[in-house]
Amino acid sequence: MKHFLLTILWLPLMAMAAIESRQFDTPEQQAVYESLTNELRCLVCQNQTIADSNAELAGDLRRQVYEMLEQGRSRDEIVQFMTDRYGDFVLYNPPLKTQTLLLWWGPGLFLLAGIGAAVWVIRRKKSVTRPETDPAQTEKLAQIRRLMDTGEQS
Amino acid sequence: MLKYLVPLLAFLVLAVFLAVGLGLNPRDIPSPLIGKPAPQFSAPTLHDPTENFSPAVLKGQVWLFNVWASWCVSCRGEHPLLNKLKRQKSVPIVGLNYKDDPEAAKNWLNLLGNPYTVSVMDQEGRIGIDFGVYGVPETFVIDKQGRIRHKLTGPLSPEFIESVLLPLVSQLQAEPQ
Repeated sequence: MKHFLLTILWLPLMAMAAIESRQFDTPEQQAVYESLTNELRCLVCQNQTIADSNAELAGDLRRQVYEMLEQGRSRDEIVQFMTDRYGDFVLYNPPLKTQTLLLWWGPGLFLLAGIGAAVWVIRRKKSVTRPETDPAQTEKLAQIRRLMDTGEQS
Repeated sequence: MLKYLVPLLAFLVLAVFLAVGLGLNPRDIPSPLIGKPAPQFSAPTLHDPTENFSPAVLKGQVWLFNVWASWCVSCRGEHPLLNKLKRQKSVPIVGLNYKDDPEAAKNWLNLLGNPYTVSVMDQEGRIGIDFGVYGVPETFVIDKQGRIRHKLTGPLSPEFIESVLLPLVSQLQAEPQ
């Protein structure tokens, strides 16, 4: 049983073997390759980057990135190459444009709406717990005070 | 009253957003290539690898570019529709045999019929990348000037052919060169 469990521990390493290893001339190229393949979306399995995915297309796109780096193309050129063909959707980090405004500012808007709602609720609660601000209540309060001052005479 | 209305409204807004989201097709990614010139290539044809085909020879014609493979299940589904289009002789269809084994591809066409004017081989998927292919089958409509005018990701359907494809093709055929 112990041996079996130990064997199973090796399984994740087998999964990693599916991703090919690449040789680069410079460590800078290696770094650009690593960061780009972790930023480009695999369009087949849309929630994975091309570095994560085992889909055929992901392999082809990794090869494309590698070859372009070998040809001395810059990071921006490769990103442009990909968006020319697959659109902004291929980027996990989409550029700020009119179409993507909601995507970028949406969370901020939700936060503001949440703060606004919280402030509104708190203010309303406060006004309820302070009866002396309500003219109808002040009359009653005065009455209660009078009764308390006079004690149990009535 | 307001106490009940606010959560109800919030729920309704959320429900509408989720309902719209359910109706969207996540595979339907707008192609940046629409309206742009179709990428140029020159690649060996499936039936005679010594001969190269380049889409430049189709300049002046409206044509379809259909990406297919013998390993692709939905391609089998749309194949009878392509055969029917070929019989109607309304538009030439060029096939891109994407990441396929040539022998398997030829057998497939022998078995199911060959709707393509010509099929070119793209065993490494490079032409596919140039066309932004990510889900086989895909069909592009290309106009007389060689520009991509429409792209369908996924299999053709009779409704799509009747209501979108054929009207678009005749509209493009009526355009001046």
